[in-house]
Amino acid sequence: MSRENVLVSAEWVEQNLETPGVVFVEVDEDTTAYDAGHIPGAVKIDWKNELQDPVRRDFVDRAGFEKLLSAKGIANGDNVILYGGNNNWFAAYAYWYFKLYGHDQVKLLDGGRKKWELDGRPLSTEPVERAATSYTAKEQDASIRAFRDEVVAAIGTKNLVDVRSPDEFAGKLLAPAHLPQEAAQRAGHIPSAVNVPWSKAANEDGTFKSNEELRALYAEAGLDEGKSTIAYCRIGERSSHTWFALHELLGYEDVKNYDGSWTEYGSLVGVPVELGSGKES
Amino acid sequence: MDGCGAPEQGVPLPAGVNLDEQTVLAGKVLAGGTPVGGAFVRLLDSSGEFTAEVVSSAEGDFRFFAAPGGWTVRALHRQGNGQAEVTAAGPGLHTVEVAVA
Repeated sequence: MSRENVLVSAEWVEQNLETPGVVFVEVDEDTTAYDAGHIPGAVKIDWKNELQDPVRRDFVDRAGFEKLLSAKGIANGDNVILYGGNNNWFAAYAYWYFKLYGHDQVKLLDGGRKKWELDGRPLSTEPVERAATSYTAKEQDASIRAFRDEVVAAIGTKNLVDVRSPDEFAGKLLAPAHLPQEAAQRAGHIPSAVNVPWSKAANEDGTFKSNEELRALYAEAGLDEGKSTIAYCRIGERSSHTWFALHELLGYEDVKNYDGSWTEYGSLVGVPVELGSGKES
Repeated sequence: MDGCGAPEQGVPLPAGVNLDEQTVLAGKVLAGGTPVGGAFVRLLDSSGEFTAEVVSSAEGDFRFFAAPGGWTVRALHRQGNGQAEVTAAGPGLHTVEVAVA
């Protein structure tokens, strides 16, 4: 798969700020970053309040997604360029989510907000208004989303990639180290999973590593290219980043994101859990 | 660098954080002695592996919830990059300053 089909550079974005049919969307967990300054013309999506069901632990449904994109002024034919903070975690999650609901013309800004800011490119606090559309979503594409039963069945058979930090994988931490460590679930990882932290797929400036580096990374970790793969993390956002690397950049065919991730798995009764660094392969 | 400085003004800890149990690494990013906001502050473990990243506040403050052990705090900013080591012997607040140049 060609990188140009799924990634754009910060330079490209700066040259295409006024291009008709291109919509820039900042996706964050904490939208105060957007409010303090965003790429000129970009609209924002709040990962927690707009992409998650407010009551059940799930996504907004198809109708909810249609309503959201219509209100944001995003049309079916628009080229959507996603970017965000946290090394594009939530932008990658939104990318996966757009794909899940069948929006094909979507790309990530390589490096996200970090690269944009480190480059010293312009940020705007101007309010952005886009005329509402009538967006139509497709049914969820089940080929890229894994659920818990499938994950349990995949132990020892499919590639399971745990993309959390080594300490979370080993069971020493329950969340990334910028978050408090209280949580109800058990610590550890899914047996037979290999630990390839999402961060290994990214350069320091947030851009993705080259395909050659990525291929070597996953091969060295013991991922079998001939097998199906399920990626997971804690809440499914970092694993969207790795899903992007495996499925969109490297073109591995059957790759799913387990969005329930450790928050669900570590709370299940009766499933096997492994502690420690796991087997090195 | 001493990793066990006294608590001082910085990013307030969220309610409910128990410093008898949690290992908090906090400090400031400085450029020429002046606090720098908007720096990307990366926490690396003792093997150099990335663990977490935050953006420094307008006053240059950052904070991580980590675990006892040795850590590297690395900051990236338009004005330059820099890093510092900190050792957390146990739970509590451990402070560290990172100069970028």
